[in-house]
Amino acid sequence: MVKKQYRSTGEVAFDIFNYIILGIIGIVAILPFLFVVAGSFATEAEITKRAVFLIPTTISFDAYKFIFSTDTIVRSIGVSLYVTVIGTIVNLFFTVTMAYPMAKRYLMGRNTILNLVIFTMLFGGGMIPTYLVIRDLQLLDTLNALILPGAISAFNLIIVKNFFQELPVEMEEAARIDGCSELGLLWKIVLPLSKPVLATFTLFYAVGHWNNFFSALLYINDPSKWPLQVMLRQIVMLSQAAAGDLSSMDPNFVQPPEQSIKMAVIVVGTLPIMCVYPFLQKHFAKGVMLGSVKG
Amino acid sequence: MKQGAAIGTAEIHTAGVYPSKRELIFKRLRRDKWLYILLTPGLLYFLLFKYVPMWGILLAFKDFQPFLGFMKSEWVGLEHFRTFFQNPDFFMLLRNTLVLSLLNLVFFFPAPIILALLLNEIRLSFYKRTIQTLIYVPHFISMVIVASISYVFLTTQGGAVNEFLYTVTGSKIDFLADPDWFRPLIILQTIWKECGWGTIIFLAALAGVDVEQYEAAVMDGASRWRQIWHITLPAIRSTIVILLILRMGTILDNGFEQIYLMMNALNREVAEVFDTYVYALGITQGAFSYSTAVGLFKSVIGVVLVLGTNWLAKKFGESGLY
Repeated sequence: MVKKQYRSTGEVAFDIFNYIILGIIGIVAILPFLFVVAGSFATEAEITKRAVFLIPTTISFDAYKFIFSTDTIVRSIGVSLYVTVIGTIVNLFFTVTMAYPMAKRYLMGRNTILNLVIFTMLFGGGMIPTYLVIRDLQLLDTLNALILPGAISAFNLIIVKNFFQELPVEMEEAARIDGCSELGLLWKIVLPLSKPVLATFTLFYAVGHWNNFFSALLYINDPSKWPLQVMLRQIVMLSQAAAGDLSSMDPNFVQPPEQSIKMAVIVVGTLPIMCVYPFLQKHFAKGVMLGSVKG
Repeated sequence: MKQGAAIGTAEIHTAGVYPSKRELIFKRLRRDKWLYILLTPGLLYFLLFKYVPMWGILLAFKDFQPFLGFMKSEWVGLEHFRTFFQNPDFFMLLRNTLVLSLLNLVFFFPAPIILALLLNEIRLSFYKRTIQTLIYVPHFISMVIVASISYVFLTTQGGAVNEFLYTVTGSKIDFLADPDWFRPLIILQTIWKECGWGTIIFLAALAGVDVEQYEAAVMDGASRWRQIWHITLPAIRSTIVILLILRMGTILDNGFEQIYLMMNALNREVAEVFDTYVYALGITQGAFSYSTAVGLFKSVIGVVLVLGTNWLAKKFGESGLY
């Protein structure tokens, strides 16, 4: 900001305080997770000896061996991965195909469609009528129930539409004169120009699918089709599902402490987010700002 | 952009004679047929998953009998609403919903603003970026993980916090079941998860403030606090107002997942809100009509609140949302 000639003691004190306080806030943001990671590697002896620690004295992978000893966790990871990948593809397809025509100002009926979309952001049928529609479409207990009802986020749709609208028209006109078809235009000109926006929404949609708990709670009763988030709750919060099976393990294997098993499950549920976070981070601030553009 | 529109209509008039309105519509449909084909999946989505459920709201005024079906079930008018308002649960839900929203408004809403103001005063850009990277992380973690972490730390059966409390004070606190701890826990979770993320929009607004204003203020001898008060805060006022409007609209939405995950039989008295109630009665007990009526009551109040706040904001000279 501004270069100052001199700084009063008050200002220096404020700066020091500010740097320290923000440092603490930054650490607090990730501290609980660091504790969980540390705890997941702990042994029984360690947990009884020390309640909280960041660096375990003995590192044990038993909790992880245990939770991967049956297919409970593995299967739910499979479900979550499937829903995340297919769901994100569906999201992008539906969002882009709808946003592109809506970006054309000369399209007949465009304003009506826009108003219909905006209206759904203000008012909706609610949980029960939506549930009944899903039920009547025979989607209950299918993974499609986790994908189709959220195929488009109205908010994202409008942002993508606005972005398409701001692209230079001249390029499209030139391509059209060269005989490019409408679909060719979308595929060869508009999409390549929109890579940053599409990357942002791919990541947002994907994180949404991976973290989704609500849809599965509503629409999936069959435990073999539970995504990881539901399985996590069963194991960690309700202690209603066994994370692993001791009988399938080596006879010398000692069951790890319950706390470390739970923490290991939490780590597994968060790991993919942590892996994509560096990529996310490059894009998301831009994505959020796109969202705040009016129109 | 205007060129695009001009070309669009020009193409249609090439014949030289003005065609009838119907012909014009037909021509435009044919010319833009690919655009309409592209539009179809999205339109079908909105019709099927957004507008058909709105039609389903009529259930709230019927006595839905599964074997009779939607159409043949008997109309009962406002009876479900009457039952709901006479139910003592109504006041519990209204109280819990409003108290949680109010606590959120008082404790959570200002938090990102304060954090953004503090971050804005940091001049070492490396330090600033590191802090930002750290505080955005929790936003991407699911509510189930947040609740799970709370569980493993707060449980009386070997939870770290309680083990620590036990060694220090000799007693444990059952945070997860104690009704007195429910609200603080919810607010703390929300602040931890979303506060950092919430700074993005304010930081962007702050980045737009004209540096010359600060220079002028320094010339006039304004202290750091005075600069924040007279330049920085007014600069982000409209952003604050817009976010406040958005928040008002969701005042009856307390975040189903979070409350559902943190609620149990022991803290239900302070935890149950409209959404969890609709879920419990509708999905788990099959009282479709009654819970649809409860849901509708909530949605209508929500819409009224958004429109009302927006109107108020405009009265006070802010630009509002629309």
